[in-house]
Amino acid sequence: MSILVDSNTKVICQGITGNAGTFHSLGCRDYGTQMVGGVTPGKGGQDVEGIPVFDTVEEAVEQTGADATMIFVPPPFTADAILEAVDAGIKVIAAITEGVPVLDMVRVYEKVRASGSVLIGPNCPGLITPGACKIGIMPGYIHNPGKVGVMSRSGTLTYEAVWQTSNLGLGQSTCVGLGGDPIVGTSFIDLLARYQEDPQTEAILMIGEIGGSAEEEAAAFAKANVTKPVAAFIAGRTAPPGKRMGHAGAIISGGKGTAEEKVAALEDAGIVVAPTPADMGDAVVKAMAKS
Amino acid sequence: MKIHEYQGKELFRQAGVPVLEGIVATTADDAVAAYKKLGGGIAVVKSQIHAGGRGKGTVLDNPTQKGVVVCKSADEVKAAAAGLLGKTLVTIQTGPEGKTVNQVYVEAGCDIARELYLGIVLDRASSRPVLMASTEGGVEIEKVAEETPELIFKEHFDPAIGLEGFQVRKLCKKLGISGAAAKAAARFMPAICRFFVDYDCSLTEINPLVITGDDQMIALDSKVTFDGNALFRHKNLLELRDLSEEEPSEVRASESGLSYVKLEGNIGCLVNGAGLAMSTMDIIKYHGGQPANFLDVGGGANATQVTEAFRILLSDPNCKGVLVNIFGGIARCTTIAAALIEASQTVGFTVPLVVRLEGTEVEEGRKMLADSDVDIISATDITDAAKKIVAAVG
Repeated sequence: MSILVDSNTKVICQGITGNAGTFHSLGCRDYGTQMVGGVTPGKGGQDVEGIPVFDTVEEAVEQTGADATMIFVPPPFTADAILEAVDAGIKVIAAITEGVPVLDMVRVYEKVRASGSVLIGPNCPGLITPGACKIGIMPGYIHNPGKVGVMSRSGTLTYEAVWQTSNLGLGQSTCVGLGGDPIVGTSFIDLLARYQEDPQTEAILMIGEIGGSAEEEAAAFAKANVTKPVAAFIAGRTAPPGKRMGHAGAIISGGKGTAEEKVAALEDAGIVVAPTPADMGDAVVKAMAKS
Repeated sequence: MKIHEYQGKELFRQAGVPVLEGIVATTADDAVAAYKKLGGGIAVVKSQIHAGGRGKGTVLDNPTQKGVVVCKSADEVKAAAAGLLGKTLVTIQTGPEGKTVNQVYVEAGCDIARELYLGIVLDRASSRPVLMASTEGGVEIEKVAEETPELIFKEHFDPAIGLEGFQVRKLCKKLGISGAAAKAAARFMPAICRFFVDYDCSLTEINPLVITGDDQMIALDSKVTFDGNALFRHKNLLELRDLSEEEPSEVRASESGLSYVKLEGNIGCLVNGAGLAMSTMDIIKYHGGQPANFLDVGGGANATQVTEAFRILLSDPNCKGVLVNIFGGIARCTTIAAALIEASQTVGFTVPLVVRLEGTEVEEGRKMLADSDVDIISATDITDAAKKIVAAVG
């Protein structure tokens, strides 16, 4: 078991004929993902190293039975690409694209939430169930099938966490990069509920960052609903207020969204918080030993 | 992207949001000419910088000179403009170093009956824009939010639809607005919400929003920030950008596709990925050091970008050492190693350099560095790296 994706997941790539789309579609296929097709309007009938290209997502779904997509189309067209995937009934949508206008996501968010689809991202590395299905840009080899559900608002920091849990022999059930934008399709809470239900997941590692209140909300939810051990790390303890730290969402504004507030909320919920990014794996071990 | 008050007001005017007449000036004589053109009487001279708190802010070395001055004569306008132009204004939002005033806005006065606050932001918790209004206009809204949050009234709206009529009525009731002023609000509030959506704003703030003696609603201030990701569909806004308001090294970094924020410490950081970059700053501080910057070279970092990143880091006179922390994903360690070697030849490293590489093609990358004549201190993990750079800068 795992969450969201497994070895049966059939994946297409929207924007497959672009440089990044091609590179990562092949990377995912090499990892063992069932890459069954791609979509680029106007390029239907071509193929990318054997992966068939379609003009529309609807057509790709009809022809291949795809139930997941990764989106690499440029930012001005990302919202539309997400809506096209929802319309075609795709169950898991990973929007990798960085730089999507936030009001576009306001429009898309409501429609996705009202549908049966799950949107991961945008501005995210994607998701991976180690040994079964990789949808996104993460380096596959650092992952090992195992016990820890890893979820994060950051990309490379997730790799760091995954690497630590792999080196400790814990491995991962499914790792999900939620994305660094102010509005993303899936929250920590959505995934906490899924990890709690997943028999393979024995512990959960949540990697947050300054800005917004997603971590505080997750802490409250975990306290009430999650019985599995949870560990966490918050990036940006030393970030000054009012400065945007790379991610559009990572900004302390009006004195809200500070690391201190988040750490306090997490600890109050009984979550083990890693003091430094080097201790994320250890925090999971501690959380597991505690329960 | 931020713009000046006078630019925001011009956009307001075009969007049907009432503002007072005003003229921007860069010299004291121009300010006087503007005053006369506005018809004399009472006018306000307002310094134009990209920071709030100007009314209470004062000029560096001249604490009697406020950032916003109410004037009753041409002489007073001249004195106010001369006291502000070319000077450094310090407000609660500028930091102690302040910002240089290059322009003043001379604005007609008006008969103020009430001062309110109005702001529109994106509410992340509900994933919708929210209009916030308060009876406590003219003061710091953060303070109101902290001390009397019950005095801030909120209405969320759908960007495709805008603010509904009943929402305006609810707000008016809570704000104590009735009669002709409520009719003015029924035009003003939906118009400002439409403005927020039409221009892809991340912030539209009016503090104070005033009700005049004759029941008009007027934006006496404007603070507008645009979503940088949406500027592709607002090309006309790009000419409003004032580069002199931005940190030069940050502008330079953004031109190279780097995400850079200058900080006060002495350890330069070069990292791939925003989360890892923030965490690298955190762990430096945890081990007793002070980061000189936040720098994310991005996922697809190439040699040109890494070289430029080193130039920016090393041009900071406070920088006494550099920590490179790369977890290769899309970016390969070999690319970073090659870029490091190239940068050492073209830029030249004058301070200690600690390098931690992990991820895609790490073995090859480490070997390239070991075989080169670049003088580096290599680190095995993120803790090791932080300790070594803190020790190296002393």
